[in-house]
Amino acid sequence: MSVFALDPAYIGGFGLSEALILIIKVVGAFGLLLVAVMLMIWFERKLVGDMQNRIGPARAGPWGILQTLADGVKLFFKEDLRPAKSDRLVYRLAPYMSLVPAFLVFSVVPVGGNFTSGDGTVTWFGNSTFLQVADPHVGILLVLALSSAAVYGIMLAGWSSGSKYSLLGSVRASAQMISYEAALGLSLAAVLLQAGSLSTHEIVAAQGGWNWNLWVTGLVPALVFVIAATAELNRPPFDLVEAEQELVGGFHTEYSSIRFALFFLAEFMNVITMSAIIVTLFLGGPDGPVLTERASWIWGVVWFFVKLVALLFMFVWFRATLPRLRYDQLMDVGWKFLIPLSLGWLLLLGALRVGRDRGWNTAAVVVVCVAAGAAAGVLLRLAVRSGRRESGELADAEADAGEAVNVGEPEKGS
Amino acid sequence: MAVAVFSVCAVIIVAGALGVIIFRNPVHSALSLVASLFGVAVLFLTLDAHFLGVVQVVVYAGAIVVLFLFVIMLLGVDRAESLRTEPIGGQRPVALAVGVGVLVLALLFMVGFDGLGVRQGDFPALDSCTGLPVGASESPLALECPDGTEQASNIRQIAAGVFGDYVWAFQLTGLLLTISVVGAVALARRPRRQPDGAEQAH
Repeated sequence: MSVFALDPAYIGGFGLSEALILIIKVVGAFGLLLVAVMLMIWFERKLVGDMQNRIGPARAGPWGILQTLADGVKLFFKEDLRPAKSDRLVYRLAPYMSLVPAFLVFSVVPVGGNFTSGDGTVTWFGNSTFLQVADPHVGILLVLALSSAAVYGIMLAGWSSGSKYSLLGSVRASAQMISYEAALGLSLAAVLLQAGSLSTHEIVAAQGGWNWNLWVTGLVPALVFVIAATAELNRPPFDLVEAEQELVGGFHTEYSSIRFALFFLAEFMNVITMSAIIVTLFLGGPDGPVLTERASWIWGVVWFFVKLVALLFMFVWFRATLPRLRYDQLMDVGWKFLIPLSLGWLLLLGALRVGRDRGWNTAAVVVVCVAAGAAAGVLLRLAVRSGRRESGELADAEADAGEAVNVGEPEKGS
Repeated sequence: MAVAVFSVCAVIIVAGALGVIIFRNPVHSALSLVASLFGVAVLFLTLDAHFLGVVQVVVYAGAIVVLFLFVIMLLGVDRAESLRTEPIGGQRPVALAVGVGVLVLALLFMVGFDGLGVRQGDFPALDSCTGLPVGASESPLALECPDGTEQASNIRQIAAGVFGDYVWAFQLTGLLLTISVVGAVALARRPRRQPDGAEQAH
């Protein structure tokens, strides 16, 4: 069975040392994620505190670093309430359905290894292995599958609580996550086109030596991916899901005690894993200058975590800076701007790739693509306009002309 | 190993499928459908069809059932249904007969597969490395096979089929889906203002 082809260590057969490698990796990734979530919550609270001229957590441990642990212990000992109108089975199931995908995504992220002057393998117990739990052929698709499975936790939590705030929060969340998944997948396709593989190891290997997808794919897919990921994570400015002023707490309003803690854990774990995925896809993963010849894989781990912390800082910065979008603005950005933009960019990259294989003039390819995109945009705009005129909506259309401009804009941009 | 995985998955799939029709609450039915789909995805993985397994989760569990749930929640039909009323008379006996008939036909087809003259040899032999038919021109995407232990990536095999042999069927399917999307938008769109204030049924 090729399930064992997940790592070069298992190809020669599965014995004691291979089992040991597997156990170390799984336990290591699990522990790493839990500790990272603990630190991430503290990091976010402290940073947002600084940005808002507050002190933030300062009591538990040095610089308040143990605040999360204290909160966790407190939540653990609180009474676990279940609303009378809730659906017992689904209400209990929902927290786990959002936690498990959050853990699993991290298993395909390469966290270290020397990709600059090596092939990213390390040698443990006489086996060469990757510094990631598994490297399936379909690696990055697995990430998409798990992030779409994560919708269930939120959706079912809101529905099963038997409360209107929870239900509204979860309906918003699922609509938002489904909408932005399309933009996420399309911007990711540009990376797959570049790497020629779905495996996370090969995507990282293809970026070795500063060929990071951030600039190799031309910045646009990375920007679209970051915006879509923020929406997928329900982070500000896309946190309509738990808009405190409107919905109390969103989908987890009715949850208390350890079940609430599980949602909280899953939410922050998703921020960390999504940042790790962005590092893998666009920032070269563990790629970076190798400063010593001995144990060169250490530098991969160092650079990976430096990039990860930079991205986490960016997400916290978003939260402290940007005001929340309105619901119709959220949908407009997703469907009318991000999806056409990433689709147009993907077509452009595809045309450039074909042009390079066939030896066409690059400038001519770009000009033809932009012209075709602009023509398509104009046609679409005309179609929308004539559709509106027929349904007697032109007066409205003048009012929200901005909408129509948005439809045509992405193609022009590409 | 394969037998153990198969039996666990088979139990999950059948229990999930039964749950879809037995549960009275539509949300519970949808959830057991998800369980069933995940079981099928794992079976795909054991058959080395990694791509199909993951796409099964992305498309069916991740999009289609989520939309089911979304509609159930939005319309507020998430209450237990009474099974007493039968909207179309004689529907259930006919459904049972058709179900049994399809099952029997499927079994007959599987048992009589050789008898119908379709054999493994009738399909073009595939190169175990590239996944392309033997003798086909080398694709620029072809994998290097180091020592034969590496499995051919079935993404490439599927791509060779979809964008090679069946490219017209694939493009026509795309066209069909585009038409249906345009149709859905046209049907769902209604004028924002009614001229005489008459509210149309929506």
